[in-house]
Amino acid sequence: MPEIVDASGLSCPQPVLMTLNKIKVLNKGEIEVLVDTDTSKENVSRAAQSQGWEVAGVTESGGGYKILIKKE
Amino acid sequence: MRQMKNFLGTQWGIISVGAFIGVFASLLQKWGNPGNMGVCVACFARDIAGALGLHRAGVVQYMRPEIIGFVLGSLVAAIASREFRPRVGSAPIVRFVLGVFAMIGALVFLGCPWRAMLRLSAGDWNAILGLLGLIGGIWVGTLFLKGGYNLGRSNKTYASVGWIMPLIMLGFLVLLFMFPQIDGEQKSGVLFYSTKGPGAMHASIAVSLIIGLAIGFFAQRSRFCTMGAFRDLILFRIPHLFYGVLALIAFAFLTSLILGQFHPGFAKQPVAHNMHLWNFGGMVLAGLAFCLAGGCPGRQLFMAGEGDGDAAVFVLGMIVGAAFAHNFGLASSPKGVGPHGIAAVIIGLLVCTFFGLTMRQKA
Repeated sequence: MPEIVDASGLSCPQPVLMTLNKIKVLNKGEIEVLVDTDTSKENVSRAAQSQGWEVAGVTESGGGYKILIKKE
Repeated sequence: MRQMKNFLGTQWGIISVGAFIGVFASLLQKWGNPGNMGVCVACFARDIAGALGLHRAGVVQYMRPEIIGFVLGSLVAAIASREFRPRVGSAPIVRFVLGVFAMIGALVFLGCPWRAMLRLSAGDWNAILGLLGLIGGIWVGTLFLKGGYNLGRSNKTYASVGWIMPLIMLGFLVLLFMFPQIDGEQKSGVLFYSTKGPGAMHASIAVSLIIGLAIGFFAQRSRFCTMGAFRDLILFRIPHLFYGVLALIAFAFLTSLILGQFHPGFAKQPVAHNMHLWNFGGMVLAGLAFCLAGGCPGRQLFMAGEGDGDAAVFVLGMIVGAAFAHNFGLASSPKGVGPHGIAAVIIGLLVCTFFGLTMRQKA
């Protein structure tokens, strides 16, 4: 089960800040980030990739997005 | 549309948008806008406050079509790409106050981050102090962000809420067409105009509006943000947005050079003063307020266009802040800071610090 980061409703730069904090704690594994704007979706994906994590999937959910990122 | 979306969201996309803004802002100066003020979100929102009679500084009254274009261009882009998402409720009153103080700080320096970059690229070295202040203010903001500062979550809301700021701007545009400027007159219908000073200097309505719409459209797609550029670099070491502002400065510099608008020096710069400490201090306040509110003044307009009611409240704060700044002697002039400008900057910094320290989410 991926760890959940719920950044829905939060504006810049909170989704990225929360995602990077979780990445630091876990170091590897799977994280599912919940956001509700396209800007946040792009920012979180870019930030995860900058840390060597892979964006494994993006699904629409409740008017927002679930971003699954992972690192083996 | 999707291809365009992909392109503008890329590194070359943000660079293209920065370059576009740099070139056309400089051209707007050639076509009539004030010196080194092809686009200035703070100055232009202040001119709108003057046009509406919210302040009565006679030299800065004009319903700037660029600002209207920014919001409506962003609205069109957001609808076309299905990104129009009405949302509201993330500490709106705090955002209003941040808008007020961001504007006051910017008017002590005499320009928002966009104009600071245009001033720099045209050789106004006073802008170096302003930009250092901006970066300093954003840096302080990132310390608050690291400490858990957070404005809280917004909520999805009715479409009509997201439409309010675009409709206000549409209303402003209607007023501009209903009551056009009359030569030599300070008033036309309900709108105030300037007969001299920066408010009297403007490109034609059509040119200003079209360029404003284009910038609004492209900036919404690319998420161009002059504050986020430095914040992301400081906080995350992510340079994506920073490439956009570098492109803006580089292309504005080249365009200024070609158009003969590059005049290096500290003295006799258009709509600028030489009080270095307060050029710096004003922008520390503006940078901090923009950072705490999550976007530069341009970005706040673009977000307001895509349905963000909280950004819309920030914009209203900026317009009201401009009225305060000119009614209470807070705004600077080429002669130097206003009689109460320094006090306002200090109060603003205290208020921002209060927000930064008290609005913290415990981990």
